[in-house]
Amino acid sequence: MQPDVRRGILIASRHLVDTGKALGRRGFLKLGAALTGGLALGVESADAQAAPPSPPADAPWSQSLGAGVVDRPYGWPADAEAGVIRRNVPWLTAGSQSSISFSPLQNLHGIITPNGLFFERHHAGRPDIDPDQHRLMIHGLVERPLILTIKDIMRFPQVTRIHFIECPANGGTEWRAAQLNSLQFTHGMISCAEWTGVRLSTLLEETGVKKEAKWVMVEGSDGAHMNRSLPLDKCLDDCIVVYAQNGEALRPEQGYPLRLVVPGWEGNVNIKWLRRIKLGDKPWFSREETSKYTDLMPDGNSRGFTWLIDAKSVITFPCPEKPLGGPGGYEIRGLAWTGTGRVKRVDVSIDGGVNWQSARLHEPVLSKALTKFTLPWQWDGAPALLQSRVVDETGFVQPTIAELRKQRGSNSLYHNNSIQTWQVKQDGSVFDVQLA
Amino acid sequence: MFSSRDICRLLGAAILAAISACASAAEPEHFGNDQKPGHFCSDQKPAHFGYGQQATPEQIAGWDIDVRGEDGAGLPLGSGTVNSGSEVFADQCAACHGTFGEGAGRFPKVAGGAGTLTQHRPQLTVGSYWPFAPTLWDYINRAMPMQAPHTLSSDDVYALTAYILNLNDVVPNDFIADRDSLPKVTMPNRDNFTWTDPRPDTAAKACMNACIDPDGVRISSSAEGLNLTPRTTGPLDTMEPK
Repeated sequence: MQPDVRRGILIASRHLVDTGKALGRRGFLKLGAALTGGLALGVESADAQAAPPSPPADAPWSQSLGAGVVDRPYGWPADAEAGVIRRNVPWLTAGSQSSISFSPLQNLHGIITPNGLFFERHHAGRPDIDPDQHRLMIHGLVERPLILTIKDIMRFPQVTRIHFIECPANGGTEWRAAQLNSLQFTHGMISCAEWTGVRLSTLLEETGVKKEAKWVMVEGSDGAHMNRSLPLDKCLDDCIVVYAQNGEALRPEQGYPLRLVVPGWEGNVNIKWLRRIKLGDKPWFSREETSKYTDLMPDGNSRGFTWLIDAKSVITFPCPEKPLGGPGGYEIRGLAWTGTGRVKRVDVSIDGGVNWQSARLHEPVLSKALTKFTLPWQWDGAPALLQSRVVDETGFVQPTIAELRKQRGSNSLYHNNSIQTWQVKQDGSVFDVQLA
Repeated sequence: MFSSRDICRLLGAAILAAISACASAAEPEHFGNDQKPGHFCSDQKPAHFGYGQQATPEQIAGWDIDVRGEDGAGLPLGSGTVNSGSEVFADQCAACHGTFGEGAGRFPKVAGGAGTLTQHRPQLTVGSYWPFAPTLWDYINRAMPMQAPHTLSSDDVYALTAYILNLNDVVPNDFIADRDSLPKVTMPNRDNFTWTDPRPDTAAKACMNACIDPDGVRISSSAEGLNLTPRTTGPLDTMEPK
């Protein structure tokens, strides 16, 4: 920021001298005062909001030479976007190593999450792995146990797919009541990327699968040695062992150099830093699939192996972080997704669910990926209760939080796929609320 | 990264099935030397690609740490008592989990919570919630202590398992944890899990007009003014709950 401001002052003062010559002394002083005031303002509020350059004057960056190529050999966002970052809720967890961060959905405009903004969930911090030392071992009920290097894995036929990953605890703070006044914190534990790797079925064909094998245990090489059990059928269906995310190597936070992607299933089974795959005849009942990632019902019973991410949607504009600027025309925007396949339809209500209007879905509408929707809206300035409701290709309709509570109470923590309500007040401010 | 030539050559040399998958291409052109640049493979998948190394029993043993919760398959030799567990726990675990498993700060309780599962604020602990005792051995072994995971001896892990189960009144003071005794421990909450997913368990209808009584639309809760939400602009927030 600092050099830019200095460059701006330099250019402006040069401009001032040239203009002074043309205007004569009186005009020069008047203009000088105006410009100095403007500059002071610019410096003061550089972090907030600089006055927008408007015709007929050229802005400083229009009258100067910019930075050259490879000034930033690995690029990063504009300075003004510095606040668009993953964020955490410090009071939610004991420390940051076994914790979560949330994607800033309020600032994202497409179905792909930039790699640096993909939400994080670590159980023992982020390991920084030497890819040359990393190995994937496949053993157990297989014909030929294998050890593969990353180079070995990259030789196999490649597949590229776009899929979301959602932590099943996304929205978990909202089971009892509206708590967090933020799109980022109520919905930011979902992200979507283009993944490249090899089908798990290809690797399992390579090792051969013994006929007694029914379950697959996948395990990470981080300190948590996180492990989960998956049915063999799902592994052979659409799971991918990936090494790339949005065209470049996986980020360390996302499992570099290798992670499993289990399309449409809860984030926790998408094991990061993947080092071992073991085939067996029964599930393992690991800590992460018994004491965690199980859903406690009001009668004291719990549901286990609830892997599927149900259909869900949310309005990303307006939202608490992005209020309305006054009555007039807007485009309601949002995202919808389902672990069952494709989004079929998204409806939007502005009156708390009394009446609904179908929104436009934007291509591409991909299976087990985020789908974008928009709906034009003329806001007359009256209070509104905005909701979106997705219908997936199985015909499943996203429920209200009341419908969900009726089935599951409010202690189940995971798999809250309820309709989100944003309250729009007359001043355009937006709040996270729940309806009775 | 690797040309189809490399792949074909490797397959051709190693595997008969692969040769047949790769053999139908035309005679390749020569480039002024005696080396053939290979030929394109058909899309048909070979029986094996032949990449990587066969894992030896020794290599497998090095990483084969998993223990199955239900039957304890994979539990190693070794054993530990409740008393020895209390010492290891004081050394390795109490700073976060409290001397008697009551938890410190926001680190999890590992004991207590019996009878709370149907209450407003259930406490999910080893004693109140976990269905299988061998899972406790497996988790301590693979993930604890947090600062130095997977560094404890099997005997220490058995001892900790015995101590934590004893804190929860699941086993007596003279319990000795080993590969035979742990699978036989009946956890109090064992039978309260369903392992098949009953969803979809909601059946909302996609009504479009006059779906509910407008007069019945009422806000039951709002996040406004709760002061629980970290800021979402500027630097990261370090807020603590009010």
